[in-house]
Amino acid sequence: MVEQQQRRSTPAEDEVILTYRRKTFTVAPGMTVRDAITRCGLSPEATLAVIDGELVTDEVVLQAGDRVKLLATISGG
Amino acid sequence: MARGKHPLMKCRHCDAKAVVNMRQHKLALCGPHFVEWVHKQTERFIEKYNMFTRDERVLVAVSGGKDSLALWDILLALGYRADGLYIGLGIDGGLSYSDESHRYITEFIEARGGDLTLHTVDVAGIYGASIPDAARLTRRGREKPCSVCGLSKRHIMNRVAREHGYDVLATGHNLDDEAAVLFGNAMVWSVDYLSRQGPVLPPSHPGLARKVKPLFRFYEREMAAYAIVRGIEYMYDECPHATGATTIRYKELLNQLEESSPGIKLQYVLRFLKAREQHGLFAQVREQLDLRTCPTCGQPTTNDGACSFCRMWERVNDRRIEQGL
Repeated sequence: MVEQQQRRSTPAEDEVILTYRRKTFTVAPGMTVRDAITRCGLSPEATLAVIDGELVTDEVVLQAGDRVKLLATISGG
Repeated sequence: MARGKHPLMKCRHCDAKAVVNMRQHKLALCGPHFVEWVHKQTERFIEKYNMFTRDERVLVAVSGGKDSLALWDILLALGYRADGLYIGLGIDGGLSYSDESHRYITEFIEARGGDLTLHTVDVAGIYGASIPDAARLTRRGREKPCSVCGLSKRHIMNRVAREHGYDVLATGHNLDDEAAVLFGNAMVWSVDYLSRQGPVLPPSHPGLARKVKPLFRFYEREMAAYAIVRGIEYMYDECPHATGATTIRYKELLNQLEESSPGIKLQYVLRFLKAREQHGLFAQVREQLDLRTCPTCGQPTTNDGACSFCRMWERVNDRRIEQGL
């Protein structure tokens, strides 16, 4: 279950924290980046994930303690 | 680096960890091979669609966003004679949007030794009002300044390209941009726009520069990935006026289709272009387009008399005088 958090930025040992713009989400470890993006209500086709400063593919399985930065890729007007 | 017991996706060309997986191409690549692939593909598109040659001078419209900076970076890496054009729109939106965008472009140039040519056009300085102010003063942009912005950018890009003798004007439109525009035009069967949309817009009038879109076959996601892998800092925040834009809604819809059918966006655009070319779709509309010359600026127009750009700015400046601005 994804929870939206406002303040905490350090993941607990048994969770993964994802940030997207000014929002923060937590998910359980063991799911893929793609699934986590979907759980956050975002489109995997319009989102990139960065872990430890490195771009990762959607198939990467998240591990406890991971901090994931999600980046929107859609722009327009 | 292994991540626990879960195997990582490998690059197709080496043993390194993949950083991008392009499902529509069934292709996963590491950073260096992804950059190499983007460069090779761009070169291929430029040649395939006869966009320009290495002898020609290219003016790249740069906004400070990922696509335009990526395009400039790619063209420079490929050895093309590419200069930049930045149009200062005067958009603030509480985040100094235009100033910040310009800062990213300046940093891009500095990171490449500072020896790049950038033409800068400050809309308020030259025409008398920023884009948001002009929009407020004219009926065209009272609800949203995007129409005023688009009209002004098209005119200015043409003007600078012509005045400085550039052979071609390149923009950073990507596949998602093209698919969303195609979707929007097809929804209302706007045959005029459908007849013209494509990777190359030849100059149909002496007052027009040739326009090209070298990135039009790359997904927007790939361009964002390219910027990250290349270490290009770009304006991440969206234009404050783009919130709720129709284009973004169309992109979201198309991405929903892409999730279940990888490659559908690419096929949508490519097959449209192929159908138009092979079966002459909308050819009659193109032939009927009657372009005249604006007596004020010399750019093409379908109007009798002044073009839409000149008319709009005349109205803006009349209102400024009326309101003592």
